Amino acid sequence: MIFQKSISRVFKLTAIAGLALGMNSTFAEVNTTGLAVTDDTVTVGILHSVTGTMAISETGSVQAEKLAIKQINEMGGVLGRQIEYIQEDGASDWPTFAEKSKKLLVNDKVAAVFGCWTSASRKAVLPVFEQYNGMLYYPTFYEGLEQSPNVIYTGQEATQQILAGIDWVAKEKDAKTFYLLGSDYIWPRTSNKIARKHIEKLGLKVVGEEYYPLGHTQFNSVINKIKLKKPDVIYAIVVGGSNVAFYKQLKAAGIDLTDDKYTLLTISVTEDEILGIGGENIEGAYAAMKYFQSLDNPNNKSFVEAFKEEYGEDIVIGDVTQAAYLGPWLWKAAVEKAGSFDIDKVRAASPGIELTTAPEGYVKVHENHHLWSKTRIGLAKRDGQYDVIYETEGLMEPDPFPKGYQ
Amino acid sequence: MSLQNFKSVFPKTDIYYFAILAVVIVVIMPLSMDIFRLNLVGKYLTYAFVALGLVLCWGYGGILSLGQGVFFGLGGYCMAMFLKLEASDPESTKIQSTPGIPDFMDWNQITELPWFWEPFYNLPFALIAVLVVPTIFAYIVGVAMFKRRVGGVYFAIITQALASILTILIIGQQGYTGGVNGITDLRTLLGWDIRTDSAKYILYFVNAGLLFTCLVIAQVVRKSKLGRLLVAMRDQEDRVRFSGYDVSNFKIFIFCLGAAFAAIGGAMFTLQVGFMSPSFVGIVPSIEMVIFCAVGGRLSIFGAVYGTLLVNWAKTTFSESFPELWLFAMGALFIAVVMAFPNGLAGIYKTHAQPFIKKIPKLIKELAEPRAHVKSGAQ
Repeated sequence: MIFQKSISRVFKLTAIAGLALGMNSTFAEVNTTGLAVTDDTVTVGILHSVTGTMAISETGSVQAEKLAIKQINEMGGVLGRQIEYIQEDGASDWPTFAEKSKKLLVNDKVAAVFGCWTSASRKAVLPVFEQYNGMLYYPTFYEGLEQSPNVIYTGQEATQQILAGIDWVAKEKDAKTFYLLGSDYIWPRTSNKIARKHIEKLGLKVVGEEYYPLGHTQFNSVINKIKLKKPDVIYAIVVGGSNVAFYKQLKAAGIDLTDDKYTLLTISVTEDEILGIGGENIEGAYAAMKYFQSLDNPNNKSFVEAFKEEYGEDIVIGDVTQAAYLGPWLWKAAVEKAGSFDIDKVRAASPGIELTTAPEGYVKVHENHHLWSKTRIGLAKRDGQYDVIYETEGLMEPDPFPKGYQ
Repeated sequence: MSLQNFKSVFPKTDIYYFAILAVVIVVIMPLSMDIFRLNLVGKYLTYAFVALGLVLCWGYGGILSLGQGVFFGLGGYCMAMFLKLEASDPESTKIQSTPGIPDFMDWNQITELPWFWEPFYNLPFALIAVLVVPTIFAYIVGVAMFKRRVGGVYFAIITQALASILTILIIGQQGYTGGVNGITDLRTLLGWDIRTDSAKYILYFVNAGLLFTCLVIAQVVRKSKLGRLLVAMRDQEDRVRFSGYDVSNFKIFIFCLGAAFAAIGGAMFTLQVGFMSPSFVGIVPSIEMVIFCAVGGRLSIFGAVYGTLLVNWAKTTFSESFPELWLFAMGALFIAVVMAFPNGLAGIYKTHAQPFIKKIPKLIKELAEPRAHVKSGAQ
C-alpha cells in the first residue's frame, strides 16, 4: 500500500510538472490542495443511509443527487470535467457516517460530499468535515442552531418553516390556541420552542406540549387530551414510522381533518411520508415547507418529468428530495464562480450564489450558508399529493440563531 | 509468581499465540496501513474488549449477556463527559445563551451544569468512573440476578431489557445526555488534540497495550482455579454448588470483569472516534458484540480479537464495495460461520490448522536430514 501510494505520488508530481511545463496549466490552478480532480473528471461523494431504518427517507435524496450529477454531466460537467461519484452507506448508524465521511475526505479526496439526513448523522460528521476541511451539502430541513463553514444547508432551518406557517394559520384559520406535539429529539423540541415563542408573541396561546420517543406508536392518550382541550390548531412534528400510527389513530378517534372544525399543521410530513401514512388518513392536513411536488412552475415541471423518467412513474418527490437535488447545482455554481475546486475558494464563492433553475423557484445562498427560500402551505389530498394553497410573497431569510426565540 | 506457576498459566503455545497477535497488532497493522485504516482497526479493537469479556462470561461461565453494550456505553459516556466539558469552555461556546455548558444542554434550555456532570471536570475522577460506574452497575445486576439463581435465557432477556431501558433513558433525557445525537464534537484531552494523526497513532498503541493487559488478565483467570470452576459451573452448576462453592459469587465476579473490560473498550472508543452515542448501548450493538465473540470462537480469548477484526473488516469492505447489498453479505457470513464452524475461527484453527502446524517441526527435521529419512524408509 505504501509502495502504491508513493508511485501514485510520483505519478501525480510528474503529471503536475508535465502540465506546468506544457501549454496547459489549468490543472494546478483549479486544484491546489490535492483533491480527486483530473483533467477531465472530478470526484464527489454521496453519503446517505441506503440500509437501516433511515433508508426509506434517504433514498429519495440519493436519487435526486444522482439525477443532478447526471444532468450536469450531460451539460458538460463542472469546469469542463465530468463528475464521478463514490457512494457510501451510512447504514442509519451515526458512527458509520463519521467513518465513511472520513474515508471520502481522507482516502478518496472528494471535492464535495452530498449527504446526511438526520441531525444526528450531521452532528457525527461535522467534526470530520471541519478537521479535514471538506464541503458538505446537507439537504434536510432541520432545527438550526448551527452554522459551519464546511456545510451548505440546502433545506430550510426551523424559523423559515415555522414562522410563515403559524402566521398563516393565525390569519387564515383565525387560530387562537395551539397544541404542540412531536417526536422526542432535538429537531421537534427546538422547533416547538421557536413555535411557542412565536405563538406567544402573536398573543395566542399554547394549551399543550408533548413528546414521544422515536418509533412510538400509541398516541391515544394525547389524542384524548386534544379532544378535551379542543385546540384550534394541532401542531405536529412527529417523524418517521410514528406518523403512520399517529394519523391513523387520529382518524379512528373521530378527528376528521377534512372537517373544518379541526386544523392540523405539520412541518414533518412530506409526500414521501404520506406514502406510508396513506392519503386517506391525512387528507385535509396542512403542511408548511418550501417545496411540494405539485408546485406549478416550468422548472418544477421539467424536474418532475426528468425524475419520473429516471426512476419510474410512481415515484413521489418530497421537500428534502428537492433540496438534495439543489446540492450538486449549488456546488457547480460555486466552483464555476471560484474558478477552482479548492474548498476554501468554493466556500468563499458560495454566499450570493443564485439558482434560477431550482424546482422550488429562485434560491440564493445566504452569508450564513443557508438558503433564502419561500415557504409554502400545502393541503394534503387523498391521492397523497399536496395542493399548494399559499406561498410567502418574498424569500424567507434563513436565521439559524434566531434572536428572541432561544 | 514462581516459574512453575508462570509456566502453568502461560504454556508455551499460548506464549506463541500472544506473540503472534502482538506482531499482528503492533507491527504488521501499523506498517501496512495508512492512518485512516489504522484508526478504523483501533476502533474495531475497542469492540474486542467486549468480545474478550464475553469469552469469559459466556464461553467459560456460561452466562450469555445480551447487554454488554450497556457497559461499553457507560464507559464511553464517562469518558465523553470529561472530554465534552473540556470542549465546552466559555470561550468556544460564547455563541450560546449560557456559555460554558455543553452545546446540547443549551439547546434544551438548561442553564446550569447538572450536579452529576460537575465531577467530570476532573480527569482522574473520570478515568476511575470509566471503570467503577459500569462495574458497580454490573455488580448490582449480578447480585440481583445470580443470588436469586436467575440464569440462562432469563438472564439474557433481562440484560436485553437493561440495554433497551438505558437507551430510552439516554434518548429521553437529551438535555443531560445529548439524546439521539449523543455527545459529539470532542476535541482535546487536557489540551492534547485527539483529532490529529499523531494522536491517533498514540491512541492506537495505548489501546493495543490495554487490550494486551486485559488479555493477560483473561489468561490468568482462564488458567486459574477460578477458570476451572467457571467451566464446571457452566457444565454442571448443581454439582459445583453441592461441592460447597457459592456459585453466585463466581458468576458475579466474572460478569463484573466482563463489564469492566467492556467499559475500557468504550472509553477507548470515545477517544479514538471522537464521540459517543446511544447507538452503542442498545440491543442491536449488544447482539453484534456477541456475534463477534461467536465468530471468533467463544472459548478462545485470541479468537475473540481475530473474530472482531474479521467481522468489522468485512463490514467495512462489503459496505464500501456494495453499499446497497452489504447487509446480505454480512448475514450470509454469520450463517455460514455458525452452520459450518460452531466453534468459530478458533474451532477452524484447532481442527484444520493445528494438526498441520504440529507436523511442521517434524517436516523440517525430515527435510534437514534427508539421508536419515531415506535410510529409515529403506528399512
